[in-house]
Amino acid sequence: MADSGDTEGAGKNDEIERAKTEGKELTKEEKQRLRKEKKQQKKNKEKKEEKASQEGGKEKKHVSSESPASQPTTQTQTQKAPSAVPAQVPVPASETPAPAEKPAKSKAELKAERRARQEAERSSKQGKKGEASQQAATGKPKAPPSELQPVVKRLPEHVQADNPEVLKKLAKKLERQQIPLRSDYGYKVSLFSHLHQYSRKAPLTQQLGIPSTVIHPAIVRLGLQYSQGIVAGSNARSVALLHAFKQVIRDYSTPPNEELSRDLVNKLKPYISFLNQCRPLSASMGNAIKYIKKEISNISSQCKEEDAKSKLLNCIDCYINEKITLAAKAIAKYSIEKISDGDVILVYGCSSLVNHILYEAFEKDRKFRVIVVDSRPRLEGREALRRLVQRGISCTYVLISAVSYILPEVSKVFLGAHALLANGYVMSRVGTSQIALVAKAFNVPVLVCCETYKFCDRVQTDSFVSNELDDPDDLIVTRNGKTQLEHWQQVPSLGLLNLVYDVTPPDFVDLVITDLGMIPCTSVPVVLRVKNVDQ
Amino acid sequence: MELQAVLMAAGGGSRMTDLTFNTPKPMLPVGNKPLMWYPLNLLERVGFEEVIVITTKEVQKMMSTDSKMKLDVKMKLDVVCIQEDGDMGTADALRHIQQKIKTDILVVSCDLITDVALHEVVDLFRAHNAALAMLMSKAHEFTETVPGQKGKKKTAEQRDFVGVDHSGKRLLFMANEADLEDGLSIRKSIMRKHPRMHIKTGLVDAHLYCMKKAVVDFLADNKSISSIRGELVPYMVRKQFSKSTTGQKIKEDAEEQNQKKTDNSTNHELLISSRDEPLLQLAQERSCWNDHRGDMSEAYHGGKLRCYVHIMEQGLCYRVNTLAAYIDANRLAPKLFEEPAVHPSAVISERCQMGSDSIIGALCQVADKTSIKRSTIGNSTSIKEKVKVANSIIMHGVTVEEGCNIQGSVICSNAVIGRGADLKYCLVGNGQRIEPETERTNEVIVGTDQLMEI
Repeated sequence: MADSGDTEGAGKNDEIERAKTEGKELTKEEKQRLRKEKKQQKKNKEKKEEKASQEGGKEKKHVSSESPASQPTTQTQTQKAPSAVPAQVPVPASETPAPAEKPAKSKAELKAERRARQEAERSSKQGKKGEASQQAATGKPKAPPSELQPVVKRLPEHVQADNPEVLKKLAKKLERQQIPLRSDYGYKVSLFSHLHQYSRKAPLTQQLGIPSTVIHPAIVRLGLQYSQGIVAGSNARSVALLHAFKQVIRDYSTPPNEELSRDLVNKLKPYISFLNQCRPLSASMGNAIKYIKKEISNISSQCKEEDAKSKLLNCIDCYINEKITLAAKAIAKYSIEKISDGDVILVYGCSSLVNHILYEAFEKDRKFRVIVVDSRPRLEGREALRRLVQRGISCTYVLISAVSYILPEVSKVFLGAHALLANGYVMSRVGTSQIALVAKAFNVPVLVCCETYKFCDRVQTDSFVSNELDDPDDLIVTRNGKTQLEHWQQVPSLGLLNLVYDVTPPDFVDLVITDLGMIPCTSVPVVLRVKNVDQ
Repeated sequence: MELQAVLMAAGGGSRMTDLTFNTPKPMLPVGNKPLMWYPLNLLERVGFEEVIVITTKEVQKMMSTDSKMKLDVKMKLDVVCIQEDGDMGTADALRHIQQKIKTDILVVSCDLITDVALHEVVDLFRAHNAALAMLMSKAHEFTETVPGQKGKKKTAEQRDFVGVDHSGKRLLFMANEADLEDGLSIRKSIMRKHPRMHIKTGLVDAHLYCMKKAVVDFLADNKSISSIRGELVPYMVRKQFSKSTTGQKIKEDAEEQNQKKTDNSTNHELLISSRDEPLLQLAQERSCWNDHRGDMSEAYHGGKLRCYVHIMEQGLCYRVNTLAAYIDANRLAPKLFEEPAVHPSAVISERCQMGSDSIIGALCQVADKTSIKRSTIGNSTSIKEKVKVANSIIMHGVTVEEGCNIQGSVICSNAVIGRGADLKYCLVGNGQRIEPETERTNEVIVGTDQLMEI
């Protein structure tokens, strides 16, 4: 079921893309098909001893699930004969309507070519399906859907920690950039063995020289603060990142025979790898980095270095001002309309944006009380509780295990988000989806507050594929002088899992409050498209 | 550049005058390497490329002639000479080199022998944006008998009282017993902010400080502070909790600073602020982290000045400033490095019994039928037949005639031990001559000119 859902989503994406780039896709499609053929032929040679019967059965199932998905895509296109053929073979399904628009080759020639290719692909599919089914069993559901998309998407390296080739490539890249490789720690639960798991007691600075010359000291400081959790929270991390970049830009001087626009971007790359090693980048940080890189590359070569630098510093200040400070104000303004007197608002963990909204609402003399829900091991709710109580807001504090007990009292749930994904899913602190689920069961409205700079065009439907594993030793707690989990590494069948994020489906979210207004969860791709067109 | 290293090598060694009479403390041989080689090696291993060395002219001369320093130390040493009178404290020395200091500094003392992972101290400095980060270690009991000590009783050293918070990292209180006349008094504001404080007395200060540049600038303005350990560090620890450095808005700070500059008053405040302070504030506000819990205040209680300490639980950390420490260091320092125990240029006859934990220096000559156990023999010494050396330290250029028996003693450079002498737990000063067939136990044998120095 998840597969077909994905293909529909992928199909919609294709439509959007095709609408944009009509006419250019033809040659691209050809090239991609040729590339795929070569890949599949190679794989076919390697995996000839796969079980044929298993593939046969699986392929039938796959084909039957593909055909209803492919038919809507073909029906929406006003194509003739070529569209009927691809219903049998899943891969070129989304691609085939396009070739009909080609004026150069005759249709008969195209048909013949295509049929030959399809035969080759179907036979090579035998091997691929076996592989894909095995991989799906070990928790990589992204492999089959990726075959259906016309654009070849590569898995990002941070979700391939159990693939030795990827690790080797990463090690080589880091060596080139003179950044130490952080090694994984402890036994990883098998479902999450594709993610990195680091220990806080082994910081990356152990392997760096003390007066760090390769990496700017501001970046080393930032990396340390990330890995120790001193700077935590999506907004805080982005602001701290931009602050460190400002210092880097100030201390930067263009080497002779180099252009600032190209050299500075190259200088930033090892820093970003370093920060990634300290703690995986968040979506908001990724967007901020994209923005800075774009601004740097847009600096004309005529610009003097001092002017360029001051321009960049200005850009960073503007970005923070617009996307974070003013966005928070706008979101607060919209949210206050949704908070009425006598409300009981439930918040989870410590979200800087939600806290800001509550302060503003309290300033505007709305009468409400807050229930703060907290969860181990981070126990961030205590900090949220302190900040709210300091302002004079009356609060109740419960742990997440009591959320179904307390929900009958609640009138609204305000949640913060780490990122909003392109298919409308909300990525947030682990436990958020649980709260949204229980709230839905009690018919309590769930409002997610998120600035637009946290929107990312990634698609994810589960919390397994792309997540972050925190230090497993955080789960160890000492009560009454006894630490039960002290020697957990010596118990061979025990694994400690400390997940950081989880993903909430859009069915549980009633409204997303952004600085562009109050939108439903499914409008996120529209916002992304508008943003891309603007930029 | 992130950090500049400063090595303080002008100290006199006031607590071991017998050893330092002829050889200045930084050049005392420990495991056949000069004492200041150890901190320099630590800095080099960690990745420093340049060190500013503050020392006296005498030491500078000796440094340039010492082969160990020339060959092994690959860093660039920027030697700054100061007067030998000894009136210049460590803080005065920092003030002297203020012009050379462009960034945050790491101050190391020349008598520190340690294998600490330096990143622990520097990480505290970086992560918390601290004004000061220092290193301390649990004190070890000295097990070896010290020559010249009457009885086992050690002179009661002045204790240091160090107060740390519940995490063991933040420095809340530091005072020496000498400064506390009536008793230990702790301000209420500290207790309110940190209700749980651990006060430790058995710690050795390694004299390794990581300080912000602003502190050096502050020193330049406040000429009354002359010692880092004795005055600057307690002052900064106290200043963490004073009202002027907590909970003020940035604008007010800046205005005050401007006012003070125009007033030309001498008591300048120690203000730690950086560019883009509003951005840092924003990041801290938005971050859901707090260093303490239980009260209503924000992270660090809003204080801008923070002092941190890293307390070493395990590992080697010695400050060689007393004779006992010197002897212990000689025992343990060689374990830090994997250099061969016997220098290749030493000539050792075959019928000599040498324990594996002894060190023989370069160009030594050891004759037959000698037995050397748990000892350090310096460069260019010659040991004749039938000599028994156990648990001793023999420095450079010493001649030991036949049939001697040396136990638990320290023989300084260029001494001559006559035939058949029997020395137990003695300290033989520089260039002394021990008459043959003498028996000395637990004595300090120095020349009369040495005795004149008080």
